[in-house]
Amino acid sequence: MTITKSIEIRDVIKFGLLAGVIVLSLSVIGFIDLLGTRELVAGMFTLGHIFMLAAPFGMAFVSAGKVSADEKNKALGYGFLIGVIAALPLVVLAILATSFDIRQFLPNVSPSLISLLTFGQGLTVGSLILVVVTGILGLLAAGLHTLPDRFQHPLITGLGWMLIAGTFSEILLGRVRAFFGRGVVKLIFAGKALNPIAALIIFVLAAGITYWLDTRAPKKEETVEDIKKLQKMTKIRIGLGILLLLVSPLILGTYLTEVANNVGLYVIMGLGLNIVVGFAGLLDLGFVAFFAIGAFAMGVLTSEGHLGLGLTFWTALPFSVLASTLAGVVLGIPVLGMRGDYLAIVTLGFGEIIRILALSDMLKPYIGGAQGILQIPKPSIMGFEFIQPESLFYIVLLGVLLAAFISWRLRDSRLGRQWMAMRDDEDVAEAMGINLVSTKLMAFASGAFFGGLAGAIFASKLTSIFPHSFNLIVSINVLSLIIVGGLGSLPGVVVGALILVGLPELLREFAEHRMLIYGALLIVMMLAKPEGFWPSEIIKRELHAHEEPEPVSSD
Amino acid sequence: MAMLEVKNLHTYYGNIQALQGISLEVEEGEIVTLIGANGAGKTTTLRSICRLLDPRQGSIILEGEDLANCKAHEMVYKGVAMVPEGRGVFSRLTVAENLDMGAFSRDDASGVRQDLERVYNLFPRLKERRAQVAGTLSGGEQQMLATGRALMAHPRLMLMDEPSMGLSPILVEDTFETIKAINKEGTTILLVEQNATMAFSVADRGYVLQTGEIILHDTAENLKTNEMVQKAYLGIE
Ligand SMILES: Nc1ncnc2c1ncn2[C@@H]1O[C@H](COP(=O)(O)OP(=O)(O)OP(=O)(O)O)[C@@H](O)[C@H]1O
Ligand SMILES: [Mg+2]
Repeated sequence: MTITKSIEIRDVIKFGLLAGVIVLSLSVIGFIDLLGTRELVAGMFTLGHIFMLAAPFGMAFVSAGKVSADEKNKALGYGFLIGVIAALPLVVLAILATSFDIRQFLPNVSPSLISLLTFGQGLTVGSLILVVVTGILGLLAAGLHTLPDRFQHPLITGLGWMLIAGTFSEILLGRVRAFFGRGVVKLIFAGKALNPIAALIIFVLAAGITYWLDTRAPKKEETVEDIKKLQKMTKIRIGLGILLLLVSPLILGTYLTEVANNVGLYVIMGLGLNIVVGFAGLLDLGFVAFFAIGAFAMGVLTSEGHLGLGLTFWTALPFSVLASTLAGVVLGIPVLGMRGDYLAIVTLGFGEIIRILALSDMLKPYIGGAQGILQIPKPSIMGFEFIQPESLFYIVLLGVLLAAFISWRLRDSRLGRQWMAMRDDEDVAEAMGINLVSTKLMAFASGAFFGGLAGAIFASKLTSIFPHSFNLIVSINVLSLIIVGGLGSLPGVVVGALILVGLPELLREFAEHRMLIYGALLIVMMLAKPEGFWPSEIIKRELHAHEEPEPVSSD
Repeated sequence: MAMLEVKNLHTYYGNIQALQGISLEVEEGEIVTLIGANGAGKTTTLRSICRLLDPRQGSIILEGEDLANCKAHEMVYKGVAMVPEGRGVFSRLTVAENLDMGAFSRDDASGVRQDLERVYNLFPRLKERRAQVAGTLSGGEQQMLATGRALMAHPRLMLMDEPSMGLSPILVEDTFETIKAINKEGTTILLVEQNATMAFSVADRGYVLQTGEIILHDTAENLKTNEMVQKAYLGIE
């Protein structure tokens, strides 16, 4: 029912050039070339190709949505044109690079980049191929958009899984070898990449399964049976999920489990900050402080070195969490009257103060200054020591489940409603009888509780901690991940942590572009999906309220 | 003894004095209106009474009890509810959740249920839209919600800040009908209004506020015929 302005040929040129310029910029900074080193499907394409072709593809897909549904051919034509136009800036780059020495201005325009852009076929033939390939891709993208959802969804999902499998083929390879041996590896992989047939099979399988699931799921929650069926499916899904979590260290292996542990710690922190920012609407930029306090408390209480008291992990844990929770209250008191940007700045300062205190000479005799605290023992239960990432996984998992459970209960509690009312209007909330002081302090304390929990586990997991691990970046990461996941949403925290903590870990070789990806992802996401990847109901209905009038229910 | 006695209020924003000694009284069961031009200090007066602002001087006495040490969030427990200026609804919560927040101070579930019925009877529109997010309600609906939410506290004294602001003439009439109905059911009302004509039609008594001072107070009947009031607030030459 929304009236979208139909696009004109002018817009087509604009979108095409925009896509082209995006790819051009990625090329000129050396990003595409770098990604070109990672093969997805052996002998066919690399991650570089994906990034090179993603912009025209996406642009054509989006534009097709702006052509009215009955003009299919127009949509396809526009898609093709966008693809072709997007190639032009790259062709110009290729021509310039082969005729002049532009590397003195643009050092990243290397021969290997040009070869990647022209598919290794030389300037003339290669440029033509490029134009044709992007054109066809644009056509396909537009075509994909004109398909009914029934086909579109499985196809996109299939493509997604194939790309994911290809991108992480090396890790996948390791796992397949561990479980099924070299024979199976040879069947699926060529070198470190997927072989084309395996890639195709993954695509078909993922698309097929999605199609099957789509047809089975009840369309709408209309009849009582449908609702029951949905509930049953949800229950089965949760059960399977928990089972999968319990055995996942076995499946994932040491390296991936270590990554999962880091993600888990960020999930705990994310859940904490989500209470402060998402539920209560208090913008806290110094969240790392509580993480640090939890970690240093654990360090001092358990370390077997000269600084430590030598308690066990389990004895020290409640004290560490208590310390950070109290710190949350202490920070809360001076900022009770502050909101928004002022609050952000003050909390930012608090985070820095804690880090600088940790580095200071004054506290050096107790927490070691820049040398940090060493010889922190790992957790143990009745003689069993949680040394390997695979066993530490269960400690982290316990923390995550605890934090998730508490968050979930808090959200639906009276306190949760107090937070949300306060977030919308402090004065009115107060007039309704809500005590702002205690409500705010409870938010800071709950958030700090989780921050401290994550910090305590972190210290014990690493066995040594240094002040420089607790800098502003941690706060920013945690805030970004809850925004990316969807402010106020509990599953969103997990999704956000996987994307912002897990993914960079798996894409180590591109570390120098990490911040670039990070920033670009945030911008794209805020434009395309401002409510986050897994938005909470409340945010969703707020952001999309003007698009779809809520159905009027009455009984 | 009056239900609410306000004596000599002086309220400041920083160094700017907004109220210069306001005194007023509201008897139990009355509708009392407070009129004045923009910036006269009407909102400031209401916010001072319900403790959202801290007057430098003066006293607020509710049923004989001095509220000097009462906090804003305790006022509702004393039986005072507020309908804020400019449709202050919780914009991200649904209609039903907003009403639920109105009853935050109460723990008598059956009474709350009764009051919800009452609010839905008073504003059938709210019942239709109870699952809708408050921020997406129309202006008039938000006004109804703010009023309904205040009623959910089952107040004995309701402070209303310009409930007719921005409403169409028909809705304005409806609003004042509602105010009368609420009052009939036993709620005392202190009503801030720009729409003096309508305010006088429902009120028992009125106060006229000018630059932070009460310049006149009388019964609504007398105020209606007062020359100065007619000129300045009723648009009668
Ligand atoms: N937060 C504030 N800081 C500084 N001055 C304020 C503040 N709020 C109100 N004032 C000033 O106090 C005076 C009284 O304001 P108030 O809001 O009480 O007026 P009002 O009678 O409610 O007007 P209106 O009919 O326009 O709502 C005005 O001069 C206003 O500018
Ligand atoms: Mg006002």
